[in-house]
Amino acid sequence: MRRLRELFEGRGGMLLPLTLILAVVISALAVVRTKHENRGLVNELTRQRAEKERLDMEWAQLQLEEATLAHHARVEKIAREQLGMTEPHDYAVVSSKP
Amino acid sequence: MSQATSNARQSFVAQAVPAWRRWVVFSLLGLGAVVVLGRAFQLQVLQRDFLVQEGDKRHIRTLVIPGHRGAIRDRRGEPLALSAPVEMIWAVPAALLESPQHVYAVGKLLNRNPKELQDFLSERKDRKFVYISDPISPAEAQRVLSLKAPGVFSEPAYARYYPAGEVAAQVVGFCGRDGRGQEGLELAQEAALAGKAGSRRVIRDRAGRVVEDDLESKDSQSGQDLALTLDLRIQYLAYRELKAAVTRNNARGGLVVIADSTTGDILAMASQPGFNPNNVEDRKSSGARNRAITDGFEPGSTVKPILVAQALELGIFQPTSHVDTSPGFFKVGSLTVRDEHPQGDVDLKTILAKSSNVGAAKIGLTLGAESVWSGYQRFGFGEPLYTGFPGEASPVLRHYSEWGQIATATASYGYGLSLTAMHLVRAYSAIANDGLMPQLRLLVNAPHVPPQRAVSAAVAREMRELMEGVVQTGGTAQKAAIPGYRVAGKTGTIRKVADGGGYADKRHQSVFIGMVPAEHPRLVGLVMIDEPGAGDYYGGLVAAPVFSTVMQGAARLLRIPPGQFDLPATPLAAPALPRQTVALPTMEPRT
Repeated sequence: MRRLRELFEGRGGMLLPLTLILAVVISALAVVRTKHENRGLVNELTRQRAEKERLDMEWAQLQLEEATLAHHARVEKIAREQLGMTEPHDYAVVSSKP
Repeated sequence: MSQATSNARQSFVAQAVPAWRRWVVFSLLGLGAVVVLGRAFQLQVLQRDFLVQEGDKRHIRTLVIPGHRGAIRDRRGEPLALSAPVEMIWAVPAALLESPQHVYAVGKLLNRNPKELQDFLSERKDRKFVYISDPISPAEAQRVLSLKAPGVFSEPAYARYYPAGEVAAQVVGFCGRDGRGQEGLELAQEAALAGKAGSRRVIRDRAGRVVEDDLESKDSQSGQDLALTLDLRIQYLAYRELKAAVTRNNARGGLVVIADSTTGDILAMASQPGFNPNNVEDRKSSGARNRAITDGFEPGSTVKPILVAQALELGIFQPTSHVDTSPGFFKVGSLTVRDEHPQGDVDLKTILAKSSNVGAAKIGLTLGAESVWSGYQRFGFGEPLYTGFPGEASPVLRHYSEWGQIATATASYGYGLSLTAMHLVRAYSAIANDGLMPQLRLLVNAPHVPPQRAVSAAVAREMRELMEGVVQTGGTAQKAAIPGYRVAGKTGTIRKVADGGGYADKRHQSVFIGMVPAEHPRLVGLVMIDEPGAGDYYGGLVAAPVFSTVMQGAARLLRIPPGQFDLPATPLAAPALPRQTVALPTMEPRT
């Protein structure tokens, strides 16, 4: 107890201010670091947003491409001309319910 | 030694410093402090706003976040209208002209004649900005940019694509250059489809990277996707058959509408002539009109079942009643009603099957103007469609108090009133749906309007029984028959109003409207061919075959069983069957 008091009041009376100064310096460095990290993350966020935009665009393009390839007129032409298919005729309908 | 030290110390004894020196130092320091504080005051207080503004100008940027326009899809999720990114290539003419080999290469890649591009640029040499391409895909733009031609840049934009092309063109409509709807549902649903652009204020560093973006932001709002009740498979079938029929009959145009009679969903709505919405030039043609909604016509013989339904509903006629139509014409005042094929004394089924004008006029005159009018009114002939579609035609049905004997007679076989194809489909849906008339709709999430009762369920069933005669042997539309299914329907061969007044001799509209399967209809379909010019013009010869093909395909696609197995032979005498209301499948697994 005495020793403790000495730390603050005796010859070690400088210890408290020193500790506080150290704490201030550490916290200042931490702020700098956080700020830096924040910028990095914001940068990353911007990149991801751009990526999302790009993927959205690609998705729209792929949908368009699919719709163009699956256009009924095209499918019909291929089915009829290349594969020699026709509509079903003379089929029997079997009911699953008695 | 110690002596010497003390002597040296003595010589360092401080002399009194003259007071002025202190004052000089103090005043210099004071002056410095005043200057610094004054400058600080000037910057922090006097010029603060200006400086903050200047700083923000250099670092704070407002980024625009685009809000995409919603897609339009059919009931199964197939895209009918999509926004996709494109690039527009632009150039600084003076810069590009300095390197002729690049002009040549760019021209080649953009499919433009290099010589023509050269002239194009020379004419605009003084401009700083000129587009040199139509919207092209980002991949193509990349190829152009990789030439590294001087003064050539690309700018991202959005373009609207219609993957179904001509198939559903009139229903979907199109957008103008500004990206806003101009026609069809693109216009009608502009508010829902349009996206709202948002913005975000950010701080950028010298390299242009965003370093802080939590200043203030407004989220962008993408437009809603729109689900139509159309089924693209049926729509394509209708489009294909209609187009073939219009060509085969050398007709001016035509339309097909197919609706789910239980829910009022429009499954297909095709018009000819058509246009390709992806082609800007094509859009100005008359093909952009959605005839099923915007064009009114006199319904002709297709109203006869509505008239007969009213006659049965009032109890004035029975399904077994006979009407004497001999000798094939009938004078009402100055009007002579004629039958092309005189029938003699026939029952109601034959009047419909043979489409006797005399019979219809006699029934109409027996009912009286008011009853005929109120019957039409109950089937919605005086009521708008409420589709929200731009340019929707209003029906014309004059009040019965203005009808004389002649107007009553002509109204009985469908002249003197004007309806759209959709009105007829709605009225026939009532007969198909056991008397309950559904509100037709084009959007899956349209507010549900409860159906109105047009006639009793018993009368509706009797009507379907009577209308089956049209498709059977001896009827006017045997070509509308579908193997395995029972079909009820009615033909119409309407003489068009001539340009100079009166009715034209050679200009007709051939119509067939019917429902499948007749015992429990699921689908109502209307086919109209406008001015067939290849000889045949009867609805039963021109429109009925289209109906048969399209409805057969639609029934197969929707898995509507040809339900002839376990139904009584004569539904008229049978006890009322419990009504099945089965919604059509909205989504099926894609294969």
